[in-house]
Amino acid sequence: MSSDLVMYEEEFQKIDEELQRLFHQASAKVVFLVDKNGQLIASAGETRDIDTTSLASLTAGNIAATGGIARLLGEKEFTILFHEGEKDNIHISLIGQRVILVVIFDKRSSLGLVRLRVKKASEALVRIFHEITNKAEREKSEGKLDESPFAEISDEDIDNLFK
Amino acid sequence: MSFINYSSREINCKIVYYGPGLCGKTTNLQYVYKKTNPEQKGKLISLATETERTLFFDFLPLALGDIKGFKVRFHLYTVPGQVFYAASRKLILKGVDGVVFVADSQIERMEANIESLDDLRINLAEQGYELDKLPYTIQYNKRDLSNVAPLVNMNSLLNSRDVPWFEGCAVTGVGVFETLKNVAKQVLVELKKHY
Repeated sequence: MSSDLVMYEEEFQKIDEELQRLFHQASAKVVFLVDKNGQLIASAGETRDIDTTSLASLTAGNIAATGGIARLLGEKEFTILFHEGEKDNIHISLIGQRVILVVIFDKRSSLGLVRLRVKKASEALVRIFHEITNKAEREKSEGKLDESPFAEISDEDIDNLFK
Repeated sequence: MSFINYSSREINCKIVYYGPGLCGKTTNLQYVYKKTNPEQKGKLISLATETERTLFFDFLPLALGDIKGFKVRFHLYTVPGQVFYAASRKLILKGVDGVVFVADSQIERMEANIESLDDLRINLAEQGYELDKLPYTIQYNKRDLSNVAPLVNMNSLLNSRDVPWFEGCAVTGVGVFETLKNVAKQVLVELKKHY
């Protein structure tokens, strides 16, 4: 069973910087990063008019379905998906078996450019996610997570959510 | 697998509604969607066939409120209930934090309930989960119909672990929020244990 994904400010900043860089270098419309389970991690670009929560969930569904097809064919995974539309195109890639990088772009960019920039960004993102995993394990073994705010969640706090 | 983001101060959890075909999983989500304030919910996404049978999943994001300064969000998913969508069903369970089993109370659907519950256990095991260790709630749906099995029978057939269960009539909303609250609470208690 995979463990929970815990994201701290420091790593989030790094991810954000990486996405911003990719957004500019690939001349994209929107770039976002989704956890394989469908949770949106971070985004860059013109996200205001986009329902990013739904997009994240559907992208993860898409990757999951494609993964299912891959296994049926004896492939480990198809790491890149590309959908071409009339105006917008979407490039989806699986990074380090854990997160999904999505780039939406139009005619201001090209598939070649996006692929090239995604490849570079992926390498950086893999490193950041390694750091996140290592940090979580370290903190767990050092017992630092005892200071987590969730240790003090009371029944009352939970009940209050449902009022 | 919950996603805790200290940067945006959010906790995201995933709840999956499981059960045999036509037991009312999608109806549960539709009722939650209908009765929730617009600012608390996102779009209800249904990937369904032309005859409104779930093809891949339904998805509803819900923001419940704050705990200790963290926004608590639940992502509700349903699976396609029909037997031949087994491959898709497995995929939805990835990263699940809590499960609701919606059982169809009609006597003639008991076998389908048992089959679906077995399928749930197997599919969870494939992802490395154990149903007995997950936050888990059962809803005995369609209690308003005339041909329903007695609750005591359903419990002995489907609830050997004696987990919390609720009577439901998802169409009118009976038991829908009780079920959701119960499983969400279990998920948060579990989160508290881990951190």
